[in-house]
Amino acid sequence: MKFGVIVFPGSNCDHDAYHVLSKHVGQPVDFVWHKQTDLSDYDAVVVPGGFSYGDYLRAGALAQFSPVMNAVRDFAASGKFVFGVCNGFQILCEAGLLPGALMRNKDLHFVCRHVNIRVENGATSYTSELEAGEILSIPIAHAEGNYVCDDATFAELEKNNQIIFRYCDENGETTGEANPNGSRSNIAGICNRQGNVLGMMPHPERACEELLGSNDGRDIFRSLTKAITNNE
Amino acid sequence: MKAKVYVTLKPSVLDPQGKAIHHSVELLGYENIRDVRQGKYFEIALDTDLSETDARQAAENIAKNVLANPVIEDYRVEIV
Repeated sequence: MKFGVIVFPGSNCDHDAYHVLSKHVGQPVDFVWHKQTDLSDYDAVVVPGGFSYGDYLRAGALAQFSPVMNAVRDFAASGKFVFGVCNGFQILCEAGLLPGALMRNKDLHFVCRHVNIRVENGATSYTSELEAGEILSIPIAHAEGNYVCDDATFAELEKNNQIIFRYCDENGETTGEANPNGSRSNIAGICNRQGNVLGMMPHPERACEELLGSNDGRDIFRSLTKAITNNE
Repeated sequence: MKAKVYVTLKPSVLDPQGKAIHHSVELLGYENIRDVRQGKYFEIALDTDLSETDARQAAENIAKNVLANPVIEDYRVEIV
């Protein structure tokens, strides 16, 4: 089993992802520079957070044209795992690997704090070690996390159980107050129809150590590791 | 030859930045302002030997594939 962490100019959560995968998940990891076009060594790639290409044009818009992204499209089409966090989620939406788009937060603020998210679907490759309804404390840090999609897309997401995480309060209620950015239906993370591509705005790689305030993110990486083992 | 590309949010998409600008405009005392929507404007310089049809085609493709996100935005191209 081997993970790749893609590095774009402006990525800044690549080392966090590398640290968690190597230290807490205990698996081999490589950094993959965005000009690389061969992902055949890997079982899963992480598209990390940060400000790829300085967020120029739109967050994630320019990274979709990096050479590595054609390889990521083929990689995803072959059923391998692609996990986008924060800017990685924005990139996967811009690249068309996930539906919808991430817009400026409703109140325009950059929000940087721990939030509660509720697991909506515990039967995916990213959540098998979690249960539906479980509440995780995971930090967010973004200005463009306001998930939007049209009604038809939203209906599809709901019908196929592609909404994986929703922002909620400490009781698990998905209230308006618990929504930090105005996302449609409190959406914090979604997957593609096949379930092998996941994007989420909260940072599970920053929530894998008690010292950092939460280790609730570990089970997402453990789930993914289990799914890769089952695939082998 | 120059292509001017205007990228605007689809009418169905809320524009928080436009709302904030609207609020500031009102604070300045301007009345009768119903709404402000923010967009983007691009100028693309093209080779002078291109026909207008080819120039338009190139600019349309650039607008569709790069400058606008069709999930949330519309675009309009002018050739001058």
